[in-house]
Amino acid sequence: MTPPADLSRERALELLRQMLLIRRFEEKAAELYTLGKIRGFLHLYIGEEAVAVGAMQALGPADNVVATYREHGQALARGMPAGAVMAEMYGKANGCSRGRGGSMHLFDVSRRFYGGHAIVGGGLPVAVGLALADAMQARPAVTACFFGDGAVAEGEFAESLNLAALWRLPVLFLCENNLYAMGTALGRHQAQPDIVRKAEAAGVPGHAVDGMDLLAVEAAVRQAADGIRRGEGPRLVEARTYRFRAHSMYDPDLYRAKDEVERWKTRDPIALFTDALRACGVLADADVAALEAAVGETIAAAVAEAEAGPWEPVENLLEDVHTPAGRR
Amino acid sequence: MTKMTYREAIRSVLRQALRADPRVFLMGEDVGRYGGAFAVSHGLLEEFGPERVRDTPLSESTFVGAGIGAALGGMRPIVEVMTVNFSLLCLDQVVNNAATLRHMSGGQLSVPLVVRMATGAGRQLAAQHSHSLEGWYAHIPGIKVVTPATPDDARGLLLAALAEPDPVFVFEHASLYPAAGEVDETAGPAEIGRALVRRAGTDLTLITYGGSLLKTLEAAELLAADGVAAEVIDLRTLRPLDTATILASVARTHRALIVDEGWRTGSFAAEVSARIMEGAFYELDGPVQRLCSAEVPIPYARHMEDAALPQAATIAAAVRAMLKRDG
Repeated sequence: MTPPADLSRERALELLRQMLLIRRFEEKAAELYTLGKIRGFLHLYIGEEAVAVGAMQALGPADNVVATYREHGQALARGMPAGAVMAEMYGKANGCSRGRGGSMHLFDVSRRFYGGHAIVGGGLPVAVGLALADAMQARPAVTACFFGDGAVAEGEFAESLNLAALWRLPVLFLCENNLYAMGTALGRHQAQPDIVRKAEAAGVPGHAVDGMDLLAVEAAVRQAADGIRRGEGPRLVEARTYRFRAHSMYDPDLYRAKDEVERWKTRDPIALFTDALRACGVLADADVAALEAAVGETIAAAVAEAEAGPWEPVENLLEDVHTPAGRR
Repeated sequence: MTKMTYREAIRSVLRQALRADPRVFLMGEDVGRYGGAFAVSHGLLEEFGPERVRDTPLSESTFVGAGIGAALGGMRPIVEVMTVNFSLLCLDQVVNNAATLRHMSGGQLSVPLVVRMATGAGRQLAAQHSHSLEGWYAHIPGIKVVTPATPDDARGLLLAALAEPDPVFVFEHASLYPAAGEVDETAGPAEIGRALVRRAGTDLTLITYGGSLLKTLEAAELLAADGVAAEVIDLRTLRPLDTATILASVARTHRALIVDEGWRTGSFAAEVSARIMEGAFYELDGPVQRLCSAEVPIPYARHMEDAALPQAATIAAAVRAMLKRDG
């Protein structure tokens, strides 16, 4: 990886900070899970940080994001406060979804972050609809829809790509291909495992990119988003990545060879980016230490916020099943 | 009052909504160039154009999901699903997204979506086009379910659905589209969650909705000839259910028969029965009874289909058996 000449030191440090924040945040979440502070499902993004951080650089505040259930990284990269995300995982009332969603259902409408979808493929039609709303209201926004390689097996993948292409909607389909749908490898569930070819068959131009290379992801997503903004219709970017941890905290990870996992860890996106910055003299050891310290403070504050947060009164259980009269 | 068909009443509301609100658009299979599988949207494409009357591919899950997304994005989509049987292909979007997003997001989102679909049997369309699954939808918190039985309600309840901030599912009984009735075109929206006594009576309460209302009223007429005064309640909304109107009627008549074109086991009729048991047990002179469709996939042959469904004669016979047994 060679950083482009126009990558400023300031921006390089910020990109690295974001990846470190996700990494350390999730390490903390795993620890809190073993302590029983976080329950339910917890799907860690560790190893995939370059995808969310790279992709979000190409999106602006008017763009929409539809996320997966492995979305802590997507949420943090979108700028959601770590405290609100952590409090949500605690199930507290100061969580970003008031404790109704948990790890898999992070929402922040102020940042146009439309969730945390835990039905694989279920977010794709919603993204198509968000893009349709923008198109019909002549808003020049892009809807970025994250999904995994498992989702390409769902009918909604084929349906959504077709509809977006048919209506030339501004959808950026962002496939985080970490090679496994829970425990089933892509080649074991797809006769045609080439996701870009699938997209192109649906009329959606696609491009595969090294998902461990932050700058490559950013460039690919920016190029796709630029095309969408020019009114050229939807695009697909397949980011080839890998999760270093198990599928969830319940997963004994029996379906992957240890040496495969170790091989991918040699392409750790944070290490790759750090090394590249060091090699060109942008980054010094003191910078990394300072970033780690800052990220550590952010996470400590997030945990404190979650710990201090109130439990929602049980009397509020039935609130927000429907929209209260007069609000819409 | 204007005489018009159920189909025309729905179309008039669609036209009115499309004219009045630029956020409203209609999408679904064959709603545009074909004019709607049941001709409900006939002429709307010509008036409003393909941006606002959108033909979709046969992708129920995705066009209903796109309706959800468009609603989140500030539009007021009306999605037509051709029949309730086809709606099983979009049930994931209904249950996991439309009904769920508001609560799961901690109240950040609203999904102002109207989904219309044809339901019910009686047209010899056999087992993949004839079922009555609105009772399943009524099981789901987070959505509202309306079942207009008359042209006036087809208008009023659709107007009400369009004014709701949350998803509303409108079940249009397919046998009713050509039915004509008086419609008050000056009236405002009907009240969602309000049942109506369609015929007053003192001897027992017949509770029904949608495609079974006319048959039940006909049965009440047959019973009147026998000197039995049946009260007929049209539920109009399955969720939220107007329990008060049901219980008040049962308190007057002390007997109840529920007529429901859904299958008996786990039926919406079972829910109504349970509400009566919970709220008016001591008012009853005999057990609440249900008359539902036979527990078979709806068959094609006319005489077999007729036999599978509640009919005026079988409703009247069920009432006579109740009165005889209960004394």
